[in-house]
Amino acid sequence: MSWPGTLNVKPINMKQLLIFIRKEFLHVFRDRKTLLMLFGLPIAQIVLFGFALSNEIKDSKIVVADYSKDAVTRQIINKIASSKYFDLEQSLQSATQLETAFKKGTIKMAVIFPENFGNDLIHTGKATIQVIADASDPNLATTITNYITQIITDYNAQLGNNSGQPLQIVPEVQMLYNPELRGAPNFVPGVMALVLMLVCTMMTSVAIVKEKELGTMEILLVSPFKTIYIIIAKLAPNLIISVINLFIILILSSVFLDLPVKGSVLLLVFDSILFILTSLSIGLLLSISAKTQQAAMMGSLMGMMLPTMLLTGFLFPIENMPLAMQWLSNIVPSRWYFIIIKKVMLKGLGFSSVWKETLILSGMCLLLFAISLRRFKIRLQ
Amino acid sequence: MSTLSFLLEKEFRQLLRNKQLLRTLLIAPVIQLILLPLAADYSVKNISIAVVDNDHSTFSRKLIAKITASGHFKLTGYTASYNEALSLVEQDKADLALQIPVDFEKGLVRENSQKLYVAIDAIEGTKANLGGAYLSSIVKDFNEDIRVNWQSAPAMAGGATGPQNLNERSSNEGPSSMVSGKGATFQTSTVSGDDAPQISVASSNWYNPFMNFKLYMVPAILVTLVTAMAAMQSAFNIVQEKESGTIEQINVTPIKKHIFIIGKLIPFLVLGIVIFTIGLGVGKLFYGVTPVGNLAVLYASLIVYLFAMLGLGLLISTYSGTQQQAMSLSFFFINIFNMMSGVFSSVDSMPGWAQAIVETFPPSHFIKIMRMVVLKGSGFGDIGYHLAAMALIGLFLNTWAVLNYRKTS
Repeated sequence: MSWPGTLNVKPINMKQLLIFIRKEFLHVFRDRKTLLMLFGLPIAQIVLFGFALSNEIKDSKIVVADYSKDAVTRQIINKIASSKYFDLEQSLQSATQLETAFKKGTIKMAVIFPENFGNDLIHTGKATIQVIADASDPNLATTITNYITQIITDYNAQLGNNSGQPLQIVPEVQMLYNPELRGAPNFVPGVMALVLMLVCTMMTSVAIVKEKELGTMEILLVSPFKTIYIIIAKLAPNLIISVINLFIILILSSVFLDLPVKGSVLLLVFDSILFILTSLSIGLLLSISAKTQQAAMMGSLMGMMLPTMLLTGFLFPIENMPLAMQWLSNIVPSRWYFIIIKKVMLKGLGFSSVWKETLILSGMCLLLFAISLRRFKIRLQ
Repeated sequence: MSTLSFLLEKEFRQLLRNKQLLRTLLIAPVIQLILLPLAADYSVKNISIAVVDNDHSTFSRKLIAKITASGHFKLTGYTASYNEALSLVEQDKADLALQIPVDFEKGLVRENSQKLYVAIDAIEGTKANLGGAYLSSIVKDFNEDIRVNWQSAPAMAGGATGPQNLNERSSNEGPSSMVSGKGATFQTSTVSGDDAPQISVASSNWYNPFMNFKLYMVPAILVTLVTAMAAMQSAFNIVQEKESGTIEQINVTPIKKHIFIIGKLIPFLVLGIVIFTIGLGVGKLFYGVTPVGNLAVLYASLIVYLFAMLGLGLLISTYSGTQQQAMSLSFFFINIFNMMSGVFSSVDSMPGWAQAIVETFPPSHFIKIMRMVVLKGSGFGDIGYHLAAMALIGLFLNTWAVLNYRKTS
């Protein structure tokens, strides 16, 4: 029994390998529908997510209950209505209506002016607005409560004759890299990592398991081919498709989404290929343990999709997670790749700031490949 | 009818026989539902901040102490220049850089107004939004603190805190604040000591008073798991029969098209309900998520949802000849559903055309229903629109699939 790693019998037969790679390419190109999906999927998703996803909270639907109906409340309501953060729905008459609106999800917040609001303000110098937020989404609630408070603070300043406030500290806030708070700069690298990883893992594992299922793998294994040839030939088409995908994504994001590669393209491509190879190795590893295509798919698609989405760090900040999860996220290759894309593509940094991530990816790639090479069985059972 | 029961028996046997698949289908959601909500935490509490203090005064030190004590920020850099702080942001070592200008304290007293410079890494929009909002509110608090101190200090300690010119300043404020410059007024006078009328905001958070982000995430993650584990299986299952050729055997029998399809869908409907039930249990056990609303509402919605999604699976199966094709199509849809249905990012923030597209996604409606029923206790009347939308989409998808399904290839 010769382990695939020890190729000392004869030198690599290039011709054999090329024929084999050609066979794999024919397999891939014959299946037009899958091919269409492989290229259509990243394009559609990058464009869709790039344009659609955003983090800016604006036009939140709120309702105002004005029990006072005086000049002051009208002024404040006008101020709220003219803010881009809020969309004023028609006002409510009763508390039960309010409850219903919240339960239907038609409003996010209610602003309530108690009776005699204006009178109280003039005579006692104090008045309180009641704000009720639908906190089922806590972040939305925090943000819009903040916006309302800001509007009221402004109005207070007006009441106090503008500069009447002593000792004013004004924070001047500047949003770096993404001043309009678009979703694209964060989501495009994330989706890139996600799509490349899942497509590579899935295609590789399924391609191998399919041959097992159909029984053609036996034929390959009894042939004088070295196992390593089989593996290389299986990986080659997926590698090439992924690299083409990578270029399509990069071109799309710089043309349509205004996200050109700020740093070195060469570096980005190099790291991307490293990442693709890592994902291919994961697919290889999965294919070893899966017996049916369905199992391989479940493992690669359903089993890895959500963890990859969450632990890459583009949806939720990793530093917020419990320590065990942070530790777990370290073994997710897309996490490191995501950092690399952000730094090289969006911030324009060079190799000196991504060498650590590159090193980690290389290590993962080598390790995974070595393990799957050793465990790739010569026999099926 | 008996044809259907035989078919169902066959399907259930096949499903239950495949132990590896069954294990994946039942255990994977449990593990993911236990672990993933831990990762999906967006309560922003660890925003790393780099501070450049060019003033080194009492004020600047107090401000920094206030920021770090707030619990939202963690001081990761204390640099000598703004450029150094910015390079920390560039290196991802800080999310936010704050610069306190030279003579901040003096200038504040002399010119009555000072600027603070804040630069936020805005690649992650939500974090930038919240980080900016938290910092502003801390600065505002600080501002009011020093105003109050300022107005009470002169009366009690002369010029102890501030420089010389404070005497002229305090004379503007009127005596009232100095007299009542004790305990009680510290809170109410939030605000300048002068007599300007003041409006305060009393805010309350309904349905999730402790702002527990997991209550919001667990129902949505459960939906994505049910989608992946149950709904899409119908596509794989039918295509598997196509690939292995067994579908031909069924096609030559007198089994009616719709009976065959119903026989394929019911097992996955049951599987979906089982996974959902396990998921609810896990949510309650690990995260204390107890639906406020009626369980009947939840299950009725689940069945309508599965009807729609199984229809999609069926449709995919009619368009694919191999499992690989079925898989890439499912992956395409599931990925789009996950990203756009409001699980992780807000649908309301999307442009109008995107919101219109999302309206046609069954998961987006079901996620809304889940959050409404679980958190707010909404009833049938409140979720009527979403329920009807899902039913309509389901009807459309199933009709399309049945029309497209051919017994002959």
